[in-house]
Formats: sequence, C-alpha cells, structure tokens
Amino acid sequence: MGLLDRISTRRDVDHHPAAVSLAVSDPVFSTKALKKFLTTLTSRSSPILLDLGPVVGSNVAFFGEQLGCKIFVEDLFADLDRHVRDGKLDALPAFLQKRFKQLAGTVDGILCWDLIDYLDKNAAQALAVELTRLLRPDGALLGFFGTAQPRDTRYTKFIIVDDVNLRHRPYQAARGRQAILLNRDIIRLFSGLRVSDSFLLQNNLREILFRKPVA
Amino acid sequence: MWKRDEAVRPASGQPTAAPQPAAPVAGAGNPGGFRTDSTNQMEKDIVNIGKSVVIKGELNGSEDLTIEGHVEGTIQLRDHVLTIGPNGKIKAQVFAKSVIVLGEVTGNVTATDKVDIRDNGSVDGDIVSPRVAIAEGAHFRGSVDMQRKATPEKASQGKAAPTPAPAPAPQAAAAASQPQRVGA
Repeated sequence: MGLLDRISTRRDVDHHPAAVSLAVSDPVFSTKALKKFLTTLTSRSSPILLDLGPVVGSNVAFFGEQLGCKIFVEDLFADLDRHVRDGKLDALPAFLQKRFKQLAGTVDGILCWDLIDYLDKNAAQALAVELTRLLRPDGALLGFFGTAQPRDTRYTKFIIVDDVNLRHRPYQAARGRQAILLNRDIIRLFSGLRVSDSFLLQNNLREILFRKPVA
Repeated sequence: MWKRDEAVRPASGQPTAAPQPAAPVAGAGNPGGFRTDSTNQMEKDIVNIGKSVVIKGELNGSEDLTIEGHVEGTIQLRDHVLTIGPNGKIKAQVFAKSVIVLGEVTGNVTATDKVDIRDNGSVDGDIVSPRVAIAEGAHFRGSVDMQRKATPEKASQGKAAPTPAPAPAPQAAAAASQPQRVGA
C-alpha cells in the first residue's frame, strides 16, 4: 500500500462544512520533493521529525499515526514574530543557536518549509548551522525558497493533502519575505549538507531536498 | 472541594457525558430485577473541579474528571477521561485514558487512548498517545509520540516492554481524524 492509499481514508473525513470552506479558499499546489522526503522517513523505524512550522493537526496525524514518527513541533515562525514585535531581531541569531533541545545527530527529517526566506542573513546562517548539527547522517531536510519577492506580510501553513500535494494556507505575519536567495547562496548556507533533489514548481517555488552526508 | 455534576455543569460547548437514562425500575426490561454493571456504568457521575479551586499535589481518580480550576503537580486518571475546561489551567504531568484540552496545560501529557486539543486549547509539553487530534486555532509546543506504548509509568511497571507497532491501520487514522479537529 502506497502513501497515497494510506492517507486516502483520512481525506474522506474532510467533509465537515468548516473543513470544506477552508479547503475551497486554500490553494493546493503539487510538490515533488515531499514524496522523496517521506521515503527517507519511512525507511527508518520510529523516525524523529522536526517541524519548524506552526502545528497542523492533520500533519501531526499523518506523520505520527501513519508514518510512526515522533514529531517535534518547533514553531520558529512564532519565534520570529515575537522578535519582530519586540524589536529584537538582532538577538535572533543568538536565540536560534540555543533554541533546540534535541541532541546533535538525532533527527531523521526536518521540515524547514519556507522559513529561510523570512530570515535575515545572520539568522538564516545560524539556523542552517543548527539544523545541520541536529540532522542524523543521511537524514533529510526539506526547504522551500521563493523566486519572487512578494510584499505581502504573510506566512504559509503547508498542509499535507497527500504525498504529492500541499495545501497552502496563508496567515498573518509580522514581516514579509526578505531577500530572495540564489541557488548558490542556499547551497552555501547549508554547506554541511548536499543537495539531493531540487525542483522549480509552476508556482515559482523552489523545493530543495538536502541530505546530510554519511561521514 | 469537588462538586458533583448537579452543582456545577460544564460550560456550554464543552463535552459532556451522554444523557443518562433514568435508573431502570426493577422488573421493567430487567427480568431479573437486579442492577447490571452496564446500569452502574451509566449512572456514574462526572466530577468537576470548579473555577475557584486550586490544587497542588497529586491528584488520583477512578472516574471521569473535568477541571475548570488550577492544578499543579500530577494528575492520574488511568482508565478515565480528563477534560481541561476552558477555564482550566494545569501545570502538571498528566496520565489518563483520554485527555481533552480546552484550557491550558503546561507539562507532559500521556494518554493510553487519545489526546484531543480543541480550538483555543493550549498544550506546552510532550504528548505520548496513540491518537492525537489538534484543532485549528489550538496552540501546541512540544513533541508528539504516537507509538502505541503510552501507559502510565506505574501501570507499565513489571510488564514486558511492548514492541512499538508500525504504522497503525488506516481505520484508526480515520477515527482519530475528526474533520473539525485535524484540519490544521
């Protein structure tokens, strides 16, 4: 039974009126890298997943019940918002260096989503170093990177519809995307990882799947 | 300190026990005229800790419990449902069969059946439970471990460590995915 089959029953319950109204308003985009990311997780028993986005109940159910992951929900978007509101963005890199309680080399997969786009250079670099440290050898990190610079100040919740589709649900943010990174800048940022797969989607989002090399 | 359900009803919109039928009259639908276990089960009360109550220490129980007040310490309802009402604030390690959160919980939550964080509910801590539902609008920070090994510490003593089940059956996933609760 494939991943798609396993989550088909879950999709059937989305017939609640509230769920339907949300589904209508939120666009669904295809994803190429998610399936490969999931393959990394399913190849391990009791994988540990780090989700840097806001908690999404259906994602937790998907990863926890169907893939048997232990999930750490670390909403860094909320942390970023708090630093922006408090006027303490300069302190964000130092905060990120101490943010994670997980031990080095213990995390099988990291869902970074599009967080890097919203960070300043120093904060992004601090975060990338930390994520590289946490990742287990041969572990995977999934990141999304914009190719245009929208001026709206919104974050996006990425809700897994199935292994090839993500629902994008925007919500209010304290700041918008910062500078758009070139591919070489992204690769340099995650210099401790190697690019496993890279896709440019029709919605101009770049999906990059990183893997930590086995020493 | 504890009030029976006649004294304090849960706020509207809060989960309540199913309507309880009147106690059967001997001889009517019960030829033997004796009270069955199921009858006793239906007649059990729901205990409610009211808004003004503050408890510090260890709270153990063998019946369903709704907390609207403040509790600090440890809560153990091994085979029963713990409901943290909208006004409830918990700073405790929680062990129960099921935990429904409409208020605030700070501390680790272990449930043998299900943890349900409703809209506006908040959990800061690690969850261990085979089923977890998190509503849109709920707050959660911590880890979720849904391996089927969630047992209260004391209950697990003396038992062989169970082999963690692989991915549960889709039916279980569907049952856990209440539409209004898991939609992000």
